[in-house]
Amino acid sequence: MATTLSAPTTAAPAKKQHHFHVPGWAFLKSTHGLQRVILVIGLVICAVFVICALCARWIAPYGFAQRRDANGVLFPSQDPPSAAHIWGTTVAGMDVFSRVIWGSMTALQVVLLAVILSLIVGVALGVISGYIGGWLDRVLVLITDALYAFPSLLLAIIVSIVVSGGSSSAFGGIVSAATSITVVFIPQYFRVVRNATLSMKSAPFVDAARVAGAKPGRIMFGHILANVSQTIPVLLTLNCSEAILTLAGLGFLGFGIEPTAAAEWGYDLNKALNDANAGIWWSSVFPGAAIVIVVMGVALVGESMNDVLNPLLRTRGGAVTTADEMEVAAALAQATGGTDTVVAVGSPDPATRSAGRGSGPGGPPSSASPGAAGTASSPAKPQEGPASDSGSTEGGAR
Amino acid sequence: MTELTKRSATHLQVEHLSVSFQTDGDPVRAVKRVSFKVQPGEILAIVGESGSGKTVSTRAMVGLLPDTATVEGSAKLDETELIGLHGEAMRRIRGDRIAMIFQEPGTALDPVRTVGWQICESLLVHRKMSKKDAMARAVELLDLVGIPDPEQRVNSYPHQMSGGQKQRVMIAMALSCDPEVLVADEPTTALDVTVQAQILDLLHDLREKIGMAIILITHNMGVVADLADRVAVMFRGELVEEGTAEEIFYRPQHPYTKHLLSAVPHLGHERPARMDEIAAPAIGATKVLEIKDLDVRFPGHVGSPPVHAVAGVSLDLYEHEILALVGESGSGKTTLGRCAVGLQVPTGGEITALGLDIRHAHAREMRDFHRRVGFVFQDPAASLNPRLSVGACISEPMRIHKVGTKAERRDRAAELLEAVELPADYVDRYPHELSGGQRQRVSLARALIMSPELVVADEPTSALDVSVQARVLEVFVRLQHKMGFACLFITHDLAVVDMLADRIAVMQSGRIVELGTDDEILRHPSMEYTQALLAAVPRPDPHEQAALRDQRRALRAATKE
Amino acid sequence: MAKQRSSRGALARYLSIRFILIIPTVWILVTVVFFLMRITGNPIEAAQGGRLPPKLLQERIHAAGYDKPLLVQYWNYLWALIRHFDFGTTFSDHRQISQILLTNGAATLELVIYALIIAFLVGIPLGRLAARYHDKWGDVVIRIFSLLVYAAPVFFLGLLMKLLFTNVLGWLPSSGRASPDVQAAIEAGHTHTGFMLIDAIATGSMSNVVDVLKHAILPSVCLGLMTAGVFIRLVRINLLETLRTDFVTAARARGVKERRVVSKHAFRNALIPVVTVMGMQIALMLGGAILTETTFEWRGLGQVLANYIQARDFVAVQGIVTAIALVIAAISFLIDVINALVDPRVRY
Repeated sequence: MATTLSAPTTAAPAKKQHHFHVPGWAFLKSTHGLQRVILVIGLVICAVFVICALCARWIAPYGFAQRRDANGVLFPSQDPPSAAHIWGTTVAGMDVFSRVIWGSMTALQVVLLAVILSLIVGVALGVISGYIGGWLDRVLVLITDALYAFPSLLLAIIVSIVVSGGSSSAFGGIVSAATSITVVFIPQYFRVVRNATLSMKSAPFVDAARVAGAKPGRIMFGHILANVSQTIPVLLTLNCSEAILTLAGLGFLGFGIEPTAAAEWGYDLNKALNDANAGIWWSSVFPGAAIVIVVMGVALVGESMNDVLNPLLRTRGGAVTTADEMEVAAALAQATGGTDTVVAVGSPDPATRSAGRGSGPGGPPSSASPGAAGTASSPAKPQEGPASDSGSTEGGAR
Repeated sequence: MTELTKRSATHLQVEHLSVSFQTDGDPVRAVKRVSFKVQPGEILAIVGESGSGKTVSTRAMVGLLPDTATVEGSAKLDETELIGLHGEAMRRIRGDRIAMIFQEPGTALDPVRTVGWQICESLLVHRKMSKKDAMARAVELLDLVGIPDPEQRVNSYPHQMSGGQKQRVMIAMALSCDPEVLVADEPTTALDVTVQAQILDLLHDLREKIGMAIILITHNMGVVADLADRVAVMFRGELVEEGTAEEIFYRPQHPYTKHLLSAVPHLGHERPARMDEIAAPAIGATKVLEIKDLDVRFPGHVGSPPVHAVAGVSLDLYEHEILALVGESGSGKTTLGRCAVGLQVPTGGEITALGLDIRHAHAREMRDFHRRVGFVFQDPAASLNPRLSVGACISEPMRIHKVGTKAERRDRAAELLEAVELPADYVDRYPHELSGGQRQRVSLARALIMSPELVVADEPTSALDVSVQARVLEVFVRLQHKMGFACLFITHDLAVVDMLADRIAVMQSGRIVELGTDDEILRHPSMEYTQALLAAVPRPDPHEQAALRDQRRALRAATKE
Repeated sequence: MAKQRSSRGALARYLSIRFILIIPTVWILVTVVFFLMRITGNPIEAAQGGRLPPKLLQERIHAAGYDKPLLVQYWNYLWALIRHFDFGTTFSDHRQISQILLTNGAATLELVIYALIIAFLVGIPLGRLAARYHDKWGDVVIRIFSLLVYAAPVFFLGLLMKLLFTNVLGWLPSSGRASPDVQAAIEAGHTHTGFMLIDAIATGSMSNVVDVLKHAILPSVCLGLMTAGVFIRLVRINLLETLRTDFVTAARARGVKERRVVSKHAFRNALIPVVTVMGMQIALMLGGAILTETTFEWRGLGQVLANYIQARDFVAVQGIVTAIALVIAAISFLIDVINALVDPRVRY
């Protein structure tokens, strides 16, 4: 999952990296205690998954469709775990361990393809629809809302029928699975990004760009997108894990990939259904556990990211930063001609620079104590003016 | 009320109260050894700016701080020690002996319960009484706090009431158990001035009627002057000065108190000398902005009529002039300002700005127009793109209009930073590293980078602390004098207007009620609404404010007849 | 009094607007499904192409009207649906789709109801507990549990349970809705609601009821836990958020007991966003039902759908999917009604 995690980085020029947090060391540092443990476990699982997928040909002792050993002897069917087949064999006489490892490759391919496709389409549509509004927006919202309400697996099945004519050919297997998942996810990105765009659209800094004469393209993709992208990483992890589950579901129902084309966990579980009735556990437990562990790993990363990034879970910091206090002190020093010039205007302590919510949506995840920032809240001055007046503008858009 | 007799000599005494918060780094000491006391029938105002610890110190008394807080010292209500009190014992104190009012009446009421239900709840948790009696008492209380039709309104949900009414409900709830101490935490900050005046009057009356001790937390010196018997000034967690209102306002001792008082804009006083260092440019005869019969309607919710934000406003702004647009929330002043720069498309009327008919201009003409205008926003935190450095924020207009090279843009940004009295090396910082006042100055620098002929400033200082506000205004006026741009200055604060405006337009529900020079409007208003607005602004001077209160009463009595 | 009436009028107006909004939703889904299914060609070719001589195939296509322009076919389909509630007839076994919906739909509904009960019973209390012990061990354990049930696909969870409860412990049956003899007894009975439990109770035999319940346990727990995981997270996060609002602090400042603050103020407010997402989850359960039913051979809509898909009977698929779309639209309307009841602000 390392590849998908670093996706937000590409959204902004590299020179700004010191400023906002890339999920990485800085991100890891902003967690604490239990949260960090969860994040690390999640990251390790993801790393193992990616390594398995990339190095499948070296890790797996046999091919994914191999039924005979080097001497041409058929593998036994439904063989319990042994030295030759450490996790046993399936009813079709294939090595379970090898299929699980090769399955990770299929999963990674499908997930990457699906997530990237839906990310590009969903985000672009969301920003454009939210920003331009009007009929385009209304129609897109109606369609995506309808699709969003529909059971995702059912939608994926239908799309899969359309893409591959219902038969899982060797060629189209991965592409059709990825496409079906993409169609399911586009509405999700669309909704999140569109809503974020809508609220961002009336943000003063966007108005500021507009007053400066910026063209819509620049506003959408220069200002809004960079800030909207903040909402994406968590959704991304959610979709990665959901993609794996959907792929497995499709495979389980027979829309996956033919066993001769690639290994797929859901398909193997389907074939193991009857084994389970007969008490044969190895053919189902291992591919199933693989799904659970990988999904769990990605979900753990998403969960801890959500904890850190989700402003709802952080106590509202008020607009007070250390810089504010410094400024009041400085104003005092200046007014009284005091000798207390050490507190020069501003020069906030870098360690506490992110104390407040004041940093806005783009600010780095705050690690400062929620309590301290939260209760020392400033007198929020009358939130009148644009808040109330332009509020009605937005009401119409909804 | 028979219960009145019970609090003969009770009082709250706080001694050496300290509060610190556990953080990842060193513990933050929010309150440092603060001592004060308040007696029955007395109003103690605790005054301070952001982060002074005024709210934390009172919340510590009733145990409403998060788990990360450590509280030391003592707070005695009569003979009961409050610090260290937990669970059930503390719960019995809250609401019954110490009640609180909060800053945001809109969020402090449970949105899914009727106000009557909520008042009854406060009664029933502390008193043994039937639901029916509680409801009757709730009606009584609503009547006491001046809500018309209390029998009907008791069944209303909070969202069906106005901000002022919600705050009255909060007060009714706080009074329900006849508390000995009422803590009012910025009770009027979120309200319009006229509503604020009514709430202050209500608190004033209640104090006389009920005679409980009130702790008033505020940053507004006008509110202090209006209500307080005694004043405690807090600064960075310390209580720097305490005394009677007389002493604090007329004979302040501590430099911070003096500074605070000098920074408060005072309606009707002379403009501070520093503002006029450079002579103001003479107002020209050229119209920079010409608005005729402007009309803006927003579509309402499904099934409700459209909102008429601006209804037939005509206005001219001349070269080098500062025209202040004053009004309460919902008066349409912000919408008008947004129309002037093309941020809002009007539904009717004409706007000619810098010679361009905005309503019928092409995109290219608008872009050229935008080179020549600037806009300063209310919320300094939100008006700068958090992803861009300060330098990039300021020079963005240059980049959009392809002016200068990268290095030139940077130099110009640094130059502007110095003009707004910030160090030039701030170009490489990011907005979140700056304070509110600094951000607002950056925002000002951005608005001015193209040397605009027209600037619209929308409540540029209303999100700032008083002492910071004074500096930002100073910088603003100085730059206006130097650069000579015409300015539409939108604000709700009449005292601020007095410091800088050449002419003032007073707006009410989408219309201009009165338009005239600074002097005409502020000192000789002819319209009733303007008079009421002026009378409602609390002056940071107890004597003047007392006189004003009587005048306000007279005015209200006159209008009632 | 006048006030009361006007607020009721606003509620009625709100609900009628919501009701009207269902129409485009259903229409879009029906249309999307129709055209998606036809992109791949006509249903007869998909189902029987290759197995029939070309001439016969053409005749069949003509007879069924699949050689008409697509828009005409679309209109005919839509019209039949509107006028007679006619979803068409399956190809593979020539059954009325509306009949399938009635019999198998009842089975699915039964399963979904059981699962919902489990999801509510498990999800909401655990979510409240997790919020109460925020960031303590209880919270961590509950969150990990919720992640685990989310991460385990229903069919894998089902397999594991079968292994454990059927093969190892032998407590519960592994598949079906009833044992063969009970099934026969129920079919011989007079009541045929399609709800196995009701029919079993109607037979009057306690052992029949127990047998039916035993069969229902594993599938309902599987499907229920999947949803419970989501409920836990939802309730927890919304409750935590609500516990930080000003009105909760204000209630505490009035001396309201903590237990009451949570149950009377925070919980009800936290429920508002939760209700909407829960509605969504019920729709998702219909997707999960396909997998659960396949795993446990539960003769519901999901399993029938899976079978028809396997048989490439796209008319059947289209009909069933359309019906599911209708159900989802109905659920979303129901959610709006509940929301209006919980949140006075919705009533304007």
